[in-house]
Amino acid sequence: MIQLKAENISKNFSDFKIFKDISFEVSSGQCLAITGRNGSGKTTLIRVLSRLIQPSSGKLSVSENAAIIQKENIYKYIGLIGPYLELYQDLTAQENLVFFARMKELKNYEDRVARLMEMIGLKGREHDLVKTYSSGMKQRLKYVAALLAEPEILFVDEPRSNLDEQGIETVYQIFEEQKKDNMLILATNDSDDLQFADMRVDLNV
Amino acid sequence: MFKAWLIFKKDLQQEFRTRYAVNAILLFSVVTLTAVSFSIGAFSADNDILSALLWIILFFSSMSGLSHIFVREEETHTSDTLKLVSPATSVFIGKLFFNLFLLFALEIITVPLFIAVMNLNIVNLSLFILVIFLGSLGLAAGGTIVAAIISKAGAKGALFTILSFPILLPVLISGISATKKAVTEPLISSASSELQALIAYAVVITTASILLFDFVWNE
Repeated sequence: MIQLKAENISKNFSDFKIFKDISFEVSSGQCLAITGRNGSGKTTLIRVLSRLIQPSSGKLSVSENAAIIQKENIYKYIGLIGPYLELYQDLTAQENLVFFARMKELKNYEDRVARLMEMIGLKGREHDLVKTYSSGMKQRLKYVAALLAEPEILFVDEPRSNLDEQGIETVYQIFEEQKKDNMLILATNDSDDLQFADMRVDLNV
Repeated sequence: MFKAWLIFKKDLQQEFRTRYAVNAILLFSVVTLTAVSFSIGAFSADNDILSALLWIILFFSSMSGLSHIFVREEETHTSDTLKLVSPATSVFIGKLFFNLFLLFALEIITVPLFIAVMNLNIVNLSLFILVIFLGSLGLAAGGTIVAAIISKAGAKGALFTILSFPILLPVLISGISATKKAVTEPLISSASSELQALIAYAVVITTASILLFDFVWNE
């Protein structure tokens, strides 16, 4: 059982306040939706929660069965998909995925890579360089990369970005699957995405 | 260490496909060497000047390529992706391996070319190779941490050389002095103080970089 707890977290860039005093608690099996107009700080909050950047103040903790996970080990528990996260364009999809799988110390990842590539609709394009992919295909590949290690916490910033209808359907299946045992955190403005949310942090308030 | 190896392998794979750093570093060194040989002319420079010229070429050539390793991650927006799969120490060591590989590749081509074109007579070849090897360790370690620092800045190219120069100055001074001895003195012991300085520098800068890198990478 994983728990993510934020207590009065704030983020400023110099004197510019992005968000202030955000508090919530999410557990495995739940989905948190972060909403707010453009520029309200959704992406910054996702980056803070995934520990890519530090909060300016407040306390943030991730625990597994009540034991706090150290900051340097957080990366083993999370998957993140966002428009600002890129894959290696000069490597093939397969090379990217093998690199991420080995970095995450996964064993017997070959079957999972093949299964995920088929599910996301990229089967047959594994050996193409990522730079030859369309933006929609790149977005799909980001989902595969993030899901490889079956992350306990999946952060998704703008889930529908560059995806067609079929892609969105597949992504919704992924969300349903993720919510069964793990945690899902979405940053979105789309009302359809909010069907998965059990709780919401609105940055407009 | 295994993760550092994976990062090194990934960078090598990317470099073989794009050749950004290799092209920059090799072209710079060959053009500089050509310019130096035309300006000074073979047979007219003494060993003191040639030793200094060799290290100046190595220093500025490495300046043209060593920063790519972190700049590329920032410019292609893959640094956050890398942060999500790797601890900071593995990233630094992997990048250091890559820069070392790049420097050795540069030296395998540039140094014999320099010796041939500038007619450099080496009295003690093993000392000469040792100095180049230890100097490369220092250049790569110092260059890698400075590359990480400047990769998030605006004027990356100019900053890299400006910041690197004072940090790498001890390598240059010791390298030039030890090379001078390798071309004039038959005994390795004649350059013992320079060798000690090069070893100490490589150990200190690598250790300090590993300790500081988490802050540089994550802030």
